[in-house]
Amino acid sequence: MKLAYWMYAGPAHIGTLRVASSFKNVHAIMHAPLGDDYFNVMRSMLERERDFTPVTTSVVDRNVLARGSQEKVVDNITRKDQEEHPDLIVLTPTCTSSILQEDLQNFVDRAQLESQGDVLLADVNHYRYNELQASDRTLQQIVQYYIAKARKKGDLRTDKTEQPSVNIIGMSTLGFHSNHDCRELRSLMADLGITINTVIPEGASVQDLKTLPRAWFNLVPYRELGMMTAEFLQAEFGTPTVDVTPMGVVETARCIRAIQTVLNQQGASVDYDHYIDEQTRFVSQAAWFSRSIDCQNLTGKKAVVFGDNTHAAAMTKILVREMGIKVVLAGTYCKYDADWFRQQVEGYCDEVLISEDNAEIANAIARLEPAAIFGTQMERHVGKRLDIPCGVIASPIHIQNFPVGYKPFLGYEGANQMVDLVYNSFTLGMEDHLLEIFGGHDTKDVITKDMSANADLSWSKDGLAELNKIPGFVRGKVKRNTEKFARDRQIESITAEVLYAAKESVGA
Amino acid sequence: MTVADNQQPQALNFECETGNYHTFCPISCVAWLYQKIEDSFFLVIGTKTCGYFLQNAMGVMIFAEPRYAMAELEEGDISAQLNDYNELKRLCEQIKRDRNPSVIVWIGTCTTEIIKMDLEGLAPKLEAEIGIPIVVARANGLDYAFTQGEDTVLAAMAHRCPSKPPETETEKNERNSIQKLLNFGRKQDDVNADESDYVDHPPLVLFGSLPDPVVTQLTLELKRQGIKVSGWLPAKRFTELPVLEEGSYVCGVNPFLSRTATTLMRRRKCKLIGAPFPIGPDGTRAWIEKICSVFGIEPKGLDEREAGIWANMEDYLELLRGKSVFFMGDNLLEVSLARFLIRCGMTVPEIGIPYMDKRYQGAELELLQKTCQEMGVPLPRIVEKPDNYNQIQRIYDLKPDLVITGMAHANPLEARGINTKWSVEFTFAQIHGFSNARDILELATRPLRRNTALKDLGWEKLVKEDATV
Repeated sequence: MKLAYWMYAGPAHIGTLRVASSFKNVHAIMHAPLGDDYFNVMRSMLERERDFTPVTTSVVDRNVLARGSQEKVVDNITRKDQEEHPDLIVLTPTCTSSILQEDLQNFVDRAQLESQGDVLLADVNHYRYNELQASDRTLQQIVQYYIAKARKKGDLRTDKTEQPSVNIIGMSTLGFHSNHDCRELRSLMADLGITINTVIPEGASVQDLKTLPRAWFNLVPYRELGMMTAEFLQAEFGTPTVDVTPMGVVETARCIRAIQTVLNQQGASVDYDHYIDEQTRFVSQAAWFSRSIDCQNLTGKKAVVFGDNTHAAAMTKILVREMGIKVVLAGTYCKYDADWFRQQVEGYCDEVLISEDNAEIANAIARLEPAAIFGTQMERHVGKRLDIPCGVIASPIHIQNFPVGYKPFLGYEGANQMVDLVYNSFTLGMEDHLLEIFGGHDTKDVITKDMSANADLSWSKDGLAELNKIPGFVRGKVKRNTEKFARDRQIESITAEVLYAAKESVGA
Repeated sequence: MTVADNQQPQALNFECETGNYHTFCPISCVAWLYQKIEDSFFLVIGTKTCGYFLQNAMGVMIFAEPRYAMAELEEGDISAQLNDYNELKRLCEQIKRDRNPSVIVWIGTCTTEIIKMDLEGLAPKLEAEIGIPIVVARANGLDYAFTQGEDTVLAAMAHRCPSKPPETETEKNERNSIQKLLNFGRKQDDVNADESDYVDHPPLVLFGSLPDPVVTQLTLELKRQGIKVSGWLPAKRFTELPVLEEGSYVCGVNPFLSRTATTLMRRRKCKLIGAPFPIGPDGTRAWIEKICSVFGIEPKGLDEREAGIWANMEDYLELLRGKSVFFMGDNLLEVSLARFLIRCGMTVPEIGIPYMDKRYQGAELELLQKTCQEMGVPLPRIVEKPDNYNQIQRIYDLKPDLVITGMAHANPLEARGINTKWSVEFTFAQIHGFSNARDILELATRPLRRNTALKDLGWEKLVKEDATV
C-alpha cells in the first residue's frame, strides 16, 4: 500500500480509452463497476466534446459478480455492434475488474462470432502499467492487429508514396495541448513539402492503418505515446523513425534536420537549412526574444523543471540553451523510462529527480527556492504556497490545458508560446529592479503565511510548545483566536498561560 | 409510513431497466464529507482508478492541507503477499503523525470488496493500537451509486453516537472547550438554546450532511414550531456526534440515506419519522408538518411561510410553467426535485434513478402522486438503473425542454439542441429548506434563461441583432 495524495499519471484503462476513443468509429466497452467510467466525463467536459464519448460501461455489480460476467459483456459488445456499427470494439477491464481473473479473451472470441465489426481485448496489466504505458501499448496492439489483418486479406499497402510522406504517431484525445500540436505539425510538414500519410490515433479510421507502411518515415513527437508503434513499424517494414521532439527553436531545427536525413537516405534531395534559418531568424519570435533586452535579466535565474519525459526534457533544454536560465533541478514522473530522461538532461541541470511522489518534488522546490517553476498542476499549487511563479508544461491535464485559442507547444509557433510562458512566469525587467530597490510589493511575512498582522505579538517558547500540541488542522484557528485575545488585552508575549487564559475566557 | 388514502386514480409505474448507466462513484462523498466533518481524515483504500477519479473527474485537487488520501493498493496487496493489517497500520500511523485527526474514516472500494479485505475486522484492533477511532464505510460501486456513499459513512458513524448524554456539566464543557476556543469572538451559537422556546417532546436527531448555514436554517424552522433538534448526524466535528438514546426520534433530510435510516432503527432503536424531504417549499412544509404531527404539535404559520416563498419565485415560475423536464438519473435526489418542479408547473415524463428504496422514500413518493393529481399532470415513469443509450433515444422522441443529467452527457445533448443542467450541481448547491428553493429554480431555469438571453439564435445566426450596447 502506498499513501498517495496525488497521481501524476492515471490508471491503465484511461490510456487504453484515450487511444480507442481517438480513432473514428471505434467503440470501447469497459468491463467495470459503476463509477469507473469517469473517462466519459473527462472527455466530455475537458475536450468540450460534442459527440457522445464512444465508451460504454458494462456495469459489474453484485449480481454480475455472483453470476459471472461473461454473458453480460458479450451481450453488450454485440449490442453495441448492432446499435452503432463500429469498425472495432475494444474491451478493457479496469484495475478492479482485472482482479477477477476472468478469461476476457474468451469473451472477446465469443462476441466476435456474432459481431460484424472487429473485437479486440486491450492487453494491459493494470497493476504494472500506468496511463502512459497503456496508451502506448494499446496503440501498438491496434496497429499490429490491422497490419496482420490486412496482410491476411492481401490488401496491405507497402509501396512508398510518390512524394515524401509521414505518419504522425501519438496524437490523442485528452493529451496535453495535443490537438494544437497536431495542427502545428501538419502545417510544419506542409512547409517542408511532406504529405501526411496518416495521423494516428486522433481522427484516424482503423481501415486506414493498412496504409501505414506507405509513409517514408514515422514522426513520434511524444516519448510517452507512439514509440512502441514506431518500433513495430520499423521492425516490420523498415520505416525509419524520427523521435526528436520539435519543442523550442533548437530542437525543432534538429527534428527537421533528422527528417532531412531520413528523406535523403531514401532518394529524395531536400535541403531544409534555408527554411530553418528563415524561421529561426525572421518568422519565429523566440530566438529574437532570447537576444532582446527583455530576456537579459533572465540570465542565471534559477528554475526547477518537472513533468513527463517529453515536456520536462524539452523545457530543460529550452531554458538552458535558448534563454540562459539555470535549471537547478530537472525531474520526471516517468519512472519507467528514467534512463532516457537522465541521458537527455545530462549536463543541462544540477540535479535530476525521478519520482512519483509529489511531496518529494515539493520539498526539493522549497529547498532550492528557484525564481520560477515549470511543472504540472501540482507544482503550480506548491508554487502558490511558496510564492514562486509556475508555468504548467505537462499533464495531468486540467481544463486550462484545453484553451479555445491556438496554443501549441511544438514547432515554431510552439516556441513562441514557450517564450510567453517563460516571460510571464518570471518577474522581469523594470519590475525586477523595482522589487529589489523597494523590497517587494508588500511586506507580507513569507515564512508564516498567515493573514494576521502579528508583528506586535510574539510567542514564547512554552506557548509555542502548547500550540504545537493542538491538532494541525485547527492550529491556525486557535492561534488566531489566542492572538486576538492577547491583542485585546495588550499582552505582548504569548505564553502557555495566555493560551490557557484565552481558552478559559471562552469557556467562562 | 402509512398509505394515506386509497382514492389514487393511477399508481406510480416503476421499472428497472438494469442498463448501462453512468453516475459518479460513491467514494465521491469524501469530497463533501471531509469538509463537513472538520476533524476527520478520510482514507480511501483502493486503486489508481479510484485516486485518479477523485483527483481529476471530481476536481478535488489536493491543496495545502489535505484531509483525505488514497491507500493505493499495489500488486503485492492484491496478490495477498503483504499483510493488510501491517500495511494499514503503517499508513494510519503516518496519518496520525502528520495530521492527528479525531477520526480516520476508511472508505472501502470495489477492490477491497473483491479481494475480500476484512476492513471491519481490522479496524477495532488497529483503533486500539493507535488510539484514534476508525470508522469503516464500504462506499463501493458494486453495491452503491454516487450519493449513497454518504449513506454508508453515516450508517457506520451511527454506531459511534453516544447513547447517553454526558453526565455532568463540567464533562460537557470539557468536551466542548476546544470548540469554544475555536469559535472565540464569534457569536456563541446561531440557534440559542433557551429552553422556554420549546415544547416538551422526545429527543429528535436529524441525519444527512448539509452545509452549516442550511443546518442552522432547518434547525430554526423547527424551533419556530417549538421543536428542539438535539443534534445532527454528522455533526461539524466527530467529537460532537449526537446522542442517540433508545426511543429517540430521527428524521432524514436526504433521499439517499436509506441504509442510515435502517441502522438507526434496527441498531440504535430509534424511531424514524418518514417524511417527504425538505426540498422546495412544498417539501419543506410537508417535512415540518410530518415532524409536528409526530410530536402532536399544531404547526403555526406554515401557510403564510410557504405562500411567501412561492410568491417570491414568481419570476422563475413563469419560465417553467408548461415546460417538461427529463431526469436521466444520477444523485437520487430525482424524485424530490421532480415533485418540486411539478409543483412549479412543469411536467416530468421520466425520472431515472440509480436506486429506489420505496419504503424510505415512501412519503416522498406519496407526495409526488398527490402533487401530480393536484396539478393535473400525468405521473412520471420511474426507471431504476436506467440504460443511458435507451434514455437518449427516448429523449429524442420526447423532446423535453430540459434534461437533468450527469456530466458525461451534457455537452453532447447541448450540441443536439437539448437544454441540460448538470445533476451534480443539485448535489453540491444548497437546496434544502424554504429559503433555498429559489436557488433550485435559479439552477433549473439557467439553461432556459440562457436561451432567452441569446434570443434562440440557433446555430446559423450566431449574434444578436439590434444589440444596444
